[in-house]
Amino acid sequence: MDFTLLFIQTINGLQLGLLLFLVASGLTLVFGILDFVNLAHGSLYMVGAFICASLTFIIGNFLWAIVISLPIIAFIGYLIERTIVQSLYTRNHLDHVLGTFGLILVLDTLAHLIWGPAGIAVPLPQWLDGRVELFEGVVVPTFRLLIIGTGLAVAAGLFWLVNYTRLGMLIRAGASNRTMVSALGIDIQLLFGLVFALGATLAGLAGMLISPITEASIGMGGEIIITAFVVIIIGGIGSIKGAFIAAIIVGLIDTLGRSFLDTLFKLVMSIEAAESSAPAVSAMLVYILMALILAFKPQGLFPPKVR
Amino acid sequence: MQPLLKISGLMKSFGGVNATDDVNLEVKKQELHAIIGPNGAGKTTLISQLCGTLKPDAGTIEFEGRNITTIPAYKRAGLGITRSFQITSLLLAMPVLNNVALAVQARDSHSFRFIRAAHKISRIRDAALAALEQVGLQNRASDNTATLSHGEHRQLEIAVALASNAQLMLLDEPMAGLGPNESEKMIELLRELKGTHTILLIEHDMDAVFALADRISVLVYGKIIATGTPDEIRSNDAVRHAYLGEE
Amino acid sequence: MGTMSRKSLVTLFVLAALAILPPIFLWAGNAFYLDLATRLVILAIAAVSLNLILGYGGMASFGHAAFIGIGAYAVGIPAYHNTYGEFDLVASYNGMFQIFLAVGITAVFALITGVICLRTKGVYFIMITMAFAQMVFFMFVSLEVYGGDDGLVIDTRSEFPLINLDNPLHLYFLSFGSLVAAMLIVRTITRSQFGMVLQGSMGNDERLVSLGYNTFAYKLTAYVISGAMCGYAGALLGNFTTFISPEMMGWTRSGELMFMVILGGAGSTIGPVIGSALFVLVEELFSSYTIYWHLPFGIMLLAVVLFLRRGLLGVISGSGKNEGH
Repeated sequence: MDFTLLFIQTINGLQLGLLLFLVASGLTLVFGILDFVNLAHGSLYMVGAFICASLTFIIGNFLWAIVISLPIIAFIGYLIERTIVQSLYTRNHLDHVLGTFGLILVLDTLAHLIWGPAGIAVPLPQWLDGRVELFEGVVVPTFRLLIIGTGLAVAAGLFWLVNYTRLGMLIRAGASNRTMVSALGIDIQLLFGLVFALGATLAGLAGMLISPITEASIGMGGEIIITAFVVIIIGGIGSIKGAFIAAIIVGLIDTLGRSFLDTLFKLVMSIEAAESSAPAVSAMLVYILMALILAFKPQGLFPPKVR
Repeated sequence: MQPLLKISGLMKSFGGVNATDDVNLEVKKQELHAIIGPNGAGKTTLISQLCGTLKPDAGTIEFEGRNITTIPAYKRAGLGITRSFQITSLLLAMPVLNNVALAVQARDSHSFRFIRAAHKISRIRDAALAALEQVGLQNRASDNTATLSHGEHRQLEIAVALASNAQLMLLDEPMAGLGPNESEKMIELLRELKGTHTILLIEHDMDAVFALADRISVLVYGKIIATGTPDEIRSNDAVRHAYLGEE
Repeated sequence: MGTMSRKSLVTLFVLAALAILPPIFLWAGNAFYLDLATRLVILAIAAVSLNLILGYGGMASFGHAAFIGIGAYAVGIPAYHNTYGEFDLVASYNGMFQIFLAVGITAVFALITGVICLRTKGVYFIMITMAFAQMVFFMFVSLEVYGGDDGLVIDTRSEFPLINLDNPLHLYFLSFGSLVAAMLIVRTITRSQFGMVLQGSMGNDERLVSLGYNTFAYKLTAYVISGAMCGYAGALLGNFTTFISPEMMGWTRSGELMFMVILGGAGSTIGPVIGSALFVLVEELFSSYTIYWHLPFGIMLLAVVLFLRRGLLGVISGSGKNEGH
């Protein structure tokens, strides 16, 4: 086996995993606190990418574009929560799914209207566009390291938020219990709006970070949202820790599966059979993983305490 | 005579608190055996273990001499243990009759019957109506269950237990939330069932328990501190101290 | 009883319209509307099958498009091999054989995935059914033999005795007859003893267990029946479009199917049919005006969820306090 390739693919897997974590953490946060299933979370990821892409062209700097885009996407998230999401809280999860399904169509078409049908490629500043030689023979794109670094920083920030702040206390206490929260004298409307905005910001950030690699496009939300759901189901819905671990596992398995599964298969079957079956199996790998985990732990690796 | 239900050394703890602490209990055939105890004594935990929704940590449960400690909940019902629920869990979207009919239907070995319309099967319909008549709800048969009053819901719970033809009825606080008139009705109803059915009654209402029970067990902090006839329980020092004294 | 009879009237009216209008359109020289009606009726079969578990069993499957896709490929793959050779075991144009495959494979798939999915509840169930559908989606995407992403053209439609599916009217009436049959099957099942248990478990699973029902087995059975019926609809859809691709089983398709059920009214025989009719017609209407038709369409879906809780049938049949029976 080629160990240089293995190492590089592990880095790529980590990068995908941390990107997934950014999306999944917002999803799981919104579910854990608001008890709300947001299928349109992927559209916020897409909107974040488009806004950042436009701003990059206007101000000519990708990093500044991200800094300015973050409050914008947070505000969009807050608006969506106030106008649509909040009237769905009292409904069941099926209604959440159906309502946000409609919301996806609306957001995707709006993006289509504003930014057109084609994707937008986002240029990186020169110092990020290069490669770094980590050690002899192992060269990694600098930008991927930035994504990994950002993902780890956000993870650390969320752990701090959940474990050491007032908001985190509410999360851990199972703040979906609305009466309890209001008994503590907290403005629920504001809290819920902020949590939703935070989730939107995390998804938007992920979209901004990936846009220089894949470009900002209409379909990008639909592609990642299902994987993000797989992540939070494996991790246990509502658990940040679960989302982190599951995101890394899913990122690694997906990336490594795609590049090494045929090699593995060739050990046990004919080359021809391996080459024809490996792509199909590697595409299904994360779903197989999810099915296996759920067969033994129906509520995921870190199930919510009460629900 | 072999007891219908025999519980030996039953243990269940939640995070270090013993909700069921070495419980030994026998329920004889045809008796109305009541379990009383202050709030948090572990009454509902005990019932859940009897009907199999909760697994005990240790100990055995025997029904008709057969060890049923580990068999799943739905099979226990098949053996003849039925329960009523403390918080009403009736099928509110269905007509009253269907709630009872489902209990009648459960007596069959299975309900994988796809063709005949259930409401046209007179065997089921008649048995369900008979159970409703026994609790005095025959006039409400086709009404929507959600429209019944709380007292009627309680009566319907009993009808469901009756219809399932259980050998042992576990009744979890059937008087809870009933007004004086409704309570009177319920006591009357249970008195009628007494002697023809074996009943394990869990109840807060002391008047009802002492009026109805053949034997009473007193559960305090997961332990049974006394078992005996109503008179014996009334004069038991430990009970007076631990329980009745607090009332 | 008032709502009952009004519901029956609606049912008769919808079915009569579906029986009479499409052939008239064809004779009037407007074949397009016959096509539209065929698609509508086939999707209605899928919606009726989803309603069996969603409306009567409380199982919100977000993966039913996978059954449609598998059913369609069960027509496409045998036809492909019959035309281009290899894999003689399944190579066939025989419609009976293809439908047997479609129903059989979807039933087995439903059985295997159902065992895992039904261990979970609520939002977990929604997401897991969706994930399994994605798994099938990606499997077909990576099956290059059958066109992968680009899909597969069905050169020769299923062959039946007496029926010629190349004749649009034959195809339509086969689909319409199948829809009526599907409605009758669901109606019979839901009124049977089995159906009582299914609806009971939707109301309160714990109670049904305490009465002695192994509700898991009942729900699994319903799930398999529903999946197989949906697979049958897929076989018809493959014959209708004569082009199949993984796109037919994408998760948005499953979402649309769920919408058809909710839009028309879950837990009634005619509800899903009305829902799919409205869905297909509105989609057609909007998309003929603008390429941005998803915008008003999405707003409409949101409005349905926010303001039209009991579905269209709930509105038509008045107060509708007596849901179901």
